Amino acid sequence: MEKFTTHAGLVAPLDRENVDTDAIIPKQFLKSIKRTGFGPHLFDAWRYLDVGEPGMDLSKRRPNPDFVLNQPIYQGASILLARKNFGCGSSREHAPWALQQYGFKAVIAPSFADIFFNNCFKNGLLPIVLLDFQVDHLFTEVAAHPGFKLTVDLPAQIVAAPGDKPMHFDIDPSRKESLVNGWDEIGLTLRHADEIREYEEKRKRSEPWIFS
Amino acid sequence: MPLTLYEKLWSSHLFREDADGTGLLYIDRHVVHEVTSPQAFEGLEVHHRKPWRVESIVATADHNVPTAHRDQGIADPISRLQVETLDRNVDKFHVKTYFGMKDRRQGIVHVIAPEQGAVLPGMTVVCGDSHTSTNGAFAALAFGIGTSEVEHVLATQTLTQKKSKSLLVHCEGALPAGVTAKDLVLAIIGKIGTAGGTGYAIEFGGSTVRSLSMEGRMTMCNMAIEAGARAGMVAVDDKTIDYLRGRPYAPQGETFDKAAAYWKTLVSDPGARFDKVVEIDAAKLKPQVTWGTSPEMVVSIEDRVPDPDRERDPVKREAMERALTYMGLEPNTPMNEIDVDKIFIGSCTNSRIEDLRAAAKVVRGRRVAKNVKLALVVPGSGLVKAQAEKEGLDRIFKDSGFEWRDAGCSMCLGMNDDKLAAGERCASTSNRNFEGRQGAGGRTHLVSPEMAAAAAIAGHFVDIRRL
Repeated sequence: MEKFTTHAGLVAPLDRENVDTDAIIPKQFLKSIKRTGFGPHLFDAWRYLDVGEPGMDLSKRRPNPDFVLNQPIYQGASILLARKNFGCGSSREHAPWALQQYGFKAVIAPSFADIFFNNCFKNGLLPIVLLDFQVDHLFTEVAAHPGFKLTVDLPAQIVAAPGDKPMHFDIDPSRKESLVNGWDEIGLTLRHADEIREYEEKRKRSEPWIFS
Repeated sequence: MPLTLYEKLWSSHLFREDADGTGLLYIDRHVVHEVTSPQAFEGLEVHHRKPWRVESIVATADHNVPTAHRDQGIADPISRLQVETLDRNVDKFHVKTYFGMKDRRQGIVHVIAPEQGAVLPGMTVVCGDSHTSTNGAFAALAFGIGTSEVEHVLATQTLTQKKSKSLLVHCEGALPAGVTAKDLVLAIIGKIGTAGGTGYAIEFGGSTVRSLSMEGRMTMCNMAIEAGARAGMVAVDDKTIDYLRGRPYAPQGETFDKAAAYWKTLVSDPGARFDKVVEIDAAKLKPQVTWGTSPEMVVSIEDRVPDPDRERDPVKREAMERALTYMGLEPNTPMNEIDVDKIFIGSCTNSRIEDLRAAAKVVRGRRVAKNVKLALVVPGSGLVKAQAEKEGLDRIFKDSGFEWRDAGCSMCLGMNDDKLAAGERCASTSNRNFEGRQGAGGRTHLVSPEMAAAAAIAGHFVDIRRL
């Protein structure tokens, strides 16, 4: 997994609550059997005026000029600022894949849906939960200062804007450690293979029907 | 100390815990479909790993499969490749339980796993699909996972997890005639919101839930995720045990009795403490219809489309305005005056035999309205379809002008050919009314099977209690 330590980047605001994973990456792109190629279809239905289908010639698509990510000032954005319950709906990991392959390194919101939040960590995309008033403040700042950038320092658990007081965020220590080191979680778990087998033996005695 | 059902399920599967509460949870049943598994199997292969316990896997193809002319195979080459990739992975990794596209037991993952008795009380059940919560109806800890986690479960039979908080949704009172489990869960989502259950595992309890069939309980648990909760669950009672008896993958004979004795302990103890409790007066509920682009945007059939001018919160008001524009609706329109173009009866929420019986009862001897372009019934599994045909339900639907299809996810998300065209309005028994969910530009209204059937006949939403 890609490591995450610190990142400084341009912020793009997506001022909607309950952004669901169908919006982040529509279902027709889930037919792919690969882990890559989702970036061009991030927010496909909002980002383009034509209906997207897998395999289409991207150069012929008609971008929606009103959509925030198509505005010239947000080109190259790597931090997405969002509203509450971001990533609700389906469990598709294609959603964090699409965000990451588009170029986002972090998403900031007052809250995230559970499965999406979890999926982000498996891919080195950092979801950051800030308080409502902090997120409101950032939306105001982004609107007021074209080219607004933030610095994210994961080891210090801080989000900072130039000239502003740094904002602390919480994260589970184990998740932080995994991200900072870019660990392969399966490899880590397999270090406990003996404990897994021991547990299975115990369950085979108490609930044999699970294993038949 | 009295324990909740969730605490019992959690602690019986947790075998390792870090200082920050992150644990390793053992997974008993792994349900697999074609959309979220190819990258996970590929990951196994790249790392030269193999499935830890291949017997735990139940696989089927459901999202991409056609619901008509199945003998001709899948026309869309990309969909076909995804299903064939599952076929190949099943072979390569020696998966034993696979209900492929042409198997008569094939169907929607969350319909076939319980139908086969492959989900049992006391199990942890995962699938790369958010509606895995459905299986919690059997007092199992069942939740959706991403593809990296699918790979993790394949390779280790475990998941890294943190314990959720517990939420009891306590429903009391008898559901009035015409009001179903679907209306109950929509009303709950309307009350607590789509993020109301975030961070929680929901237990649905109370006399209303106890009086529901297993099918009704599955409908409720299915939509726990639409309230933000990864897992929904219902305690074991006699109905749970009766449902499972004799099912192919359930224990048989003496083992069944021994298992059932244990399963009966899978209830929240009297006095168990929940982090949050929500009370629902089920006797006062009315049939529900969603009006917007989030399941929480729901009102009763007696109501009108809400008016954003009455919403004070500017972010919410804007969301309402955006939803109304997308849905092509004017504020204050009575819900029962909204015309529909298509009807979809199906999905992991409402495609079980009981759902089809209820819808058939409404349409029997009546005709689908002229303005309805397409009315689809898509059974949840091949076995549900066979049972319905045995009961003559297929004839009732077809005589009324419905199309009677083969099992799959179908128009719930339109990964196959069944979808809405831009601007089309659908009365759907599925679970998500998100923008574009049933097809780009399509407009979804979530309702119960009875309400969808009634809308098909009337050509617009109608109060099932007055039909």
